[in-house]
Amino acid sequence: MGIKWDEFFVTGDPLIFASQIGIALTMIGALAALTYFKKWNYLWTEWLTTVDHKKIGIMYILMGVLMFVRGGIDGLMMKGQTAVPENEFLNAQHYNEVFTTHGVIMILFVAMPLLIGLMNFVIPLQIGARDVAFPQLNALSFWLTFSGAMLFNISFIIGGSPDAGWTSYFPLAGKEFSPGIGNNFYAVALQIAGAGTLMTGINFVVTVLKMRTKGMTLMKMPMFTWTSFITSIIIVASFPIFTVALALMTFDRTFGTHFFTISGGGMDMLWANLFWLWGHPEVYIVVLPAFGMLSDIISTFARKTLYGYKSMVISIVMISVLSMLVWVHHFFTMGNSAGVNSFFSITTMAIAIPTGVKVFNWLFTMRKGRIKFTTAMLWSLAFVPNFVIGGVTGVMLAMAAADYQYHNTLFLVAHFHYVLIPGVVFPIFAGLYFWWPKMFGYMLNERIGKWHFWLFVIGFNVTFMPMFFLGLDGAVRRAYTYSAETGFGPLMMISAVGSVILAAGFAALVYNIYWSARHADRNIGNDPWDARTLEWATATPVQHYNFASLPDVSKIDAFWHMKKNNEIQPLTEDEIEEIHLPSNTWIPIYMGVIFGISGFLLVFEWTIAAAIAALGIFAGLAFRSFDYDEGFHVHKDEILETERKWRKGANKGVKNHVS
Amino acid sequence: MSAKVNAALPLEYQTEQNRMNILGFWIFLGAEIVLFATLFGVYGVLGERYAGGPAQKDIFVVKDVMIQTFLLLTSSFTMGISIYEMRRSNIKGMLMWLVFTLLLGGGFLFMEVREFMHYVHEGATMQTSAFLSSFFVLLGTHGLHVTIGIGWAILLMIQIFQRGLTPVTARKTFIFGLYWHFLDVVWIFIFTFVYLAGLVM
Repeated sequence: MGIKWDEFFVTGDPLIFASQIGIALTMIGALAALTYFKKWNYLWTEWLTTVDHKKIGIMYILMGVLMFVRGGIDGLMMKGQTAVPENEFLNAQHYNEVFTTHGVIMILFVAMPLLIGLMNFVIPLQIGARDVAFPQLNALSFWLTFSGAMLFNISFIIGGSPDAGWTSYFPLAGKEFSPGIGNNFYAVALQIAGAGTLMTGINFVVTVLKMRTKGMTLMKMPMFTWTSFITSIIIVASFPIFTVALALMTFDRTFGTHFFTISGGGMDMLWANLFWLWGHPEVYIVVLPAFGMLSDIISTFARKTLYGYKSMVISIVMISVLSMLVWVHHFFTMGNSAGVNSFFSITTMAIAIPTGVKVFNWLFTMRKGRIKFTTAMLWSLAFVPNFVIGGVTGVMLAMAAADYQYHNTLFLVAHFHYVLIPGVVFPIFAGLYFWWPKMFGYMLNERIGKWHFWLFVIGFNVTFMPMFFLGLDGAVRRAYTYSAETGFGPLMMISAVGSVILAAGFAALVYNIYWSARHADRNIGNDPWDARTLEWATATPVQHYNFASLPDVSKIDAFWHMKKNNEIQPLTEDEIEEIHLPSNTWIPIYMGVIFGISGFLLVFEWTIAAAIAALGIFAGLAFRSFDYDEGFHVHKDEILETERKWRKGANKGVKNHVS
Repeated sequence: MSAKVNAALPLEYQTEQNRMNILGFWIFLGAEIVLFATLFGVYGVLGERYAGGPAQKDIFVVKDVMIQTFLLLTSSFTMGISIYEMRRSNIKGMLMWLVFTLLLGGGFLFMEVREFMHYVHEGATMQTSAFLSSFFVLLGTHGLHVTIGIGWAILLMIQIFQRGLTPVTARKTFIFGLYWHFLDVVWIFIFTFVYLAGLVM
């Protein structure tokens, strides 16, 4: 309750003041525009209350792109600060806040929503289903993630941002050393978003297990479906650990318990263990779906079946098991015994084996293929060498004895950016270019796409390659400045210049989205890439019921074989049945709002008010319990008309985009 | 989503959506196992760090814990009978045993709150030491689950009153049964690793 009202808004920093005004103006502008163009009703019925997996996927992607801008600005500010020695652009406190929010936002509110968004859009289509297993739960997952993201983001204008790193190690993150409320935002906002993610995991496990179309056995699933399935299992197995860790953090900070404190018998290293017990599997949660997307994209544009399908599946299962057995490698230097360090050294290195198998499988898939160099394929090609640099430096870091040299230096920072950017961001871009036509009915411009690609990849390498050498020279991470005598200046400056090129690449993507939305060709047919999996077997953009009649599958790359064997027959009237779909619901967005409100109150440690607001959560649960809405049926006539429309035009006068 | 009904199966398994809900709940219980396992792990690490405060044997009252255990285990048994009556389509019996279950669950909660108040009275609060922090949060999480379960079951009973026994209400009750048995299993671990182990140490 010790919050002073005059400290409610963050004041005294011109940058933040400008953002506060900017945010206020943007919000007023958005509300005014919605009212002026009378779009409230459209927004509410088509998007905010939707339970359609495709629209939820698109909302996730939109949120991920917006958060990418926020996290990217954080990154640029850091690079601007360290470009020259003794810079005074940011002070130490502000720098701490910026690297903390950069890390959290990029992992949890960029990588996760973009991947889960693509999973949401693509997986039900790939397995030939009409939605996920629990459509309303899916909407709830999105709104909780969104709510958590918003709560986390307002921290920099209201109350102050967390400043203890994205890992928030104790004792630094505890009340004794971080007395403000900044770290409460971390604990509460991630708790809310994490609950959403956990439900996504459960949803997709059941969806993949129970909703595959006829004939699609587990070993005939497209690789993106496989990796999403395994990822969902890792989510279910690891997110509850984070839930507990964050809850204990909240107890320590708000209710004065002694889990991670120095006094009262608490143990700060317990936090590090719990955090990484979740945090390391989290790395694979973001990287596995990305691997799956690459597999599908590479086999499409190499025009060959994926090489070594079985070994791919075995590899992802092995990676998922090993992901749970390596967490100690994040703190080799914190005084474990030699035996413990050796064990975790070996398990960490072992991950290189299945990952290596996958890299070779991709290479062999491309071997002797007639490769089409589309933008999506370029991202997939760039992934291989860049990711290998990240992987090999990872093996260097895995050697516990050598890690004493690398630990907490920019070498480590360079390593994980070389893993996460080529391993997650490149595939996400590839996936966006690849599936964009399926989502919106037009393609992203390939020419602007190539600008995006080259600027981003060059900028990325120029930014992060120097950091390996800076790290080996002893430049520590999370230091807001350095003296000229260190000699870090030139490489730091190169790295800063690289980050500007990187940002220009991202700007090219944003411009591409804008340009393509306005000018791109709408007549592209349902299969512009000559692709292989079931999502391309239906209309573009996909009709709300996905498939008029559920496809029958006999092989891997089902759609490819249907095309090759001329099995695609015109739809006959008696094949069509009424389709049952779930109704829209207001409960998920209501839950997002009420979680946001009670979370906000809890951040400020107004516990009684938070508890009262939390009653609204239980009210929402009760409403849901009494909600016996049975959904609605799409009538035969409507289906016939929709199907005729796209099938008649299909592939007539369509430009071939992969020639 | 399919509305097809397979009448050969028990009521709660008859539709595809029901089967998916039940599988989904099993997976949710998997997540709950991880959650409680983490809390047990935390208790295992911090359980002997007293910071000058009381230890387990200074505060535990064996008799009260035995009563709690008896109440909760019995409630799991009555829950089983309730599902058995549901399978026999005996709504009256099903509701009656459900009420017994909730009464026993309520009794358990009453005893647990009394136990906590007793500890606080003795000066053993969750701010006292790492042992008590981990003890209260582990037990409290279980107690919170029981509380939510009671509220949930009351909503279910209203729906069964309103709608009778349909595949949907049967599925909801069945899932609640899974949840309730799960809480019982967690209690057995608490009883063993917190109370019994604490008393012999």
